[in-house]
Amino acid sequence: MKNSLIDYTLHLADTTLILSQRNSEWCGHGPILEQDIAITNISLDLLGQARNFYQYAALLINQLTNQPINPATEDSLAYLRKEREFKNLLLAEQPNGDWGQTILRQYLYSQFQYLLFEKLQHCTNEQLAAIAAKSIKETAYHVRWSSEWVIRLGDGTEESHSRMLKAMDELWSYTGEMFEPAEYENIVDVKSLKEAWDQKVSAILNEASLIPPPVGGGGAVFMQSGGKEGKHTEHLGYILTELQYMQRAYPGATW
Amino acid sequence: MNIETSLLTQKQKIWSVLETVTDPEVPVLTITDLGIVREVKINDTEIEVIITPTYTGCPAMDMIAMNIRLALAEHGYKKIKITSVLSPVWTTDWMSEAGKSKLKEYGIAPPNPRQQVCNNDLFAPDQAVQCPHCNSHLTHRISEFGSTACKALYQCDDCKEPFDYFKCH
Repeated sequence: MKNSLIDYTLHLADTTLILSQRNSEWCGHGPILEQDIAITNISLDLLGQARNFYQYAALLINQLTNQPINPATEDSLAYLRKEREFKNLLLAEQPNGDWGQTILRQYLYSQFQYLLFEKLQHCTNEQLAAIAAKSIKETAYHVRWSSEWVIRLGDGTEESHSRMLKAMDELWSYTGEMFEPAEYENIVDVKSLKEAWDQKVSAILNEASLIPPPVGGGGAVFMQSGGKEGKHTEHLGYILTELQYMQRAYPGATW
Repeated sequence: MNIETSLLTQKQKIWSVLETVTDPEVPVLTITDLGIVREVKINDTEIEVIITPTYTGCPAMDMIAMNIRLALAEHGYKKIKITSVLSPVWTTDWMSEAGKSKLKEYGIAPPNPRQQVCNNDLFAPDQAVQCPHCNSHLTHRISEFGSTACKALYQCDDCKEPFDYFKCH
């Protein structure tokens, strides 16, 4: 079954779910209480976005299959799909690493998500537009919070600076995928977001005394891709094992 | 009584029931104070309550929907449909003035008008949030994110009390 709207909605849902799941691993482990609460609040916002996207995807799938015996639900889509069916960005599934790496991952994604939702909220699909318009207000908080932390750590002590450099090395090669459209990705032209993202990210990295890696030319970083088509790094399997355990072990279990 | 007026009183009755349903996280606020209820529709056999979520991930929303159902069932309504719509997007500007003063009495600083917050400047000076305990404006933000998705943590520099601020949205 190929349907670009369903695939695109699932891509948005999967990215927000997986990043939410990653951030939630910090629950109870944050460096200080307030920041533990902050990262888990962001996790909750992302989970809320994921639910909205999954609910819409389920509706579309059920409409297409015309009275299915087992209708798709937000839960079946999150808990019962396999690794190769997940279409999330590779960036979202990367390990938390230390606090700096988590912060940088959040910043690189939130800055992209903000630009994406700015466009998506005006797209012709009413439901996706409504979800984006609702979510962008929360994303604005995420961008501000994470960019302040990137600056604080990048421009902090020798130790925090070197850790942020390491985080850049770990994550940068997963940023190119955001701007490479998948076949089903035709609602927002992600390529057109790259220039604005580059500008904003460079400004923050410069302020954080972190030099953005060169784009294009000989010194450019090789960019990983494949997540949007279900080809993932090995990390996703582990995430799903934990995330889906309950429904796999006790199918249909509810609260 | 003609049909139209009876429909109107029916709706008023339902609204008055909805005015008794409170937010499980902030129990001093009713869902009508919060501006969550968009519309009430009545057709032959069922009533439909249209609500809108506050925060996307707010876990209280599922409970609110259930509490609406329970409250209406207690008043004899049987077929109840609850529909959640996202657009237009909920904003704290929809919170009633009564709701804002109830929040303050409860010890939570009510949201400032929205135009003050939609400012993404980094390290922006803290918003002037009034301490709900001593009314001082000399307060500072401890954390952008608080005990629930809708709140930030502040502390008063005069009376030193920490307090929750219902952030603008």
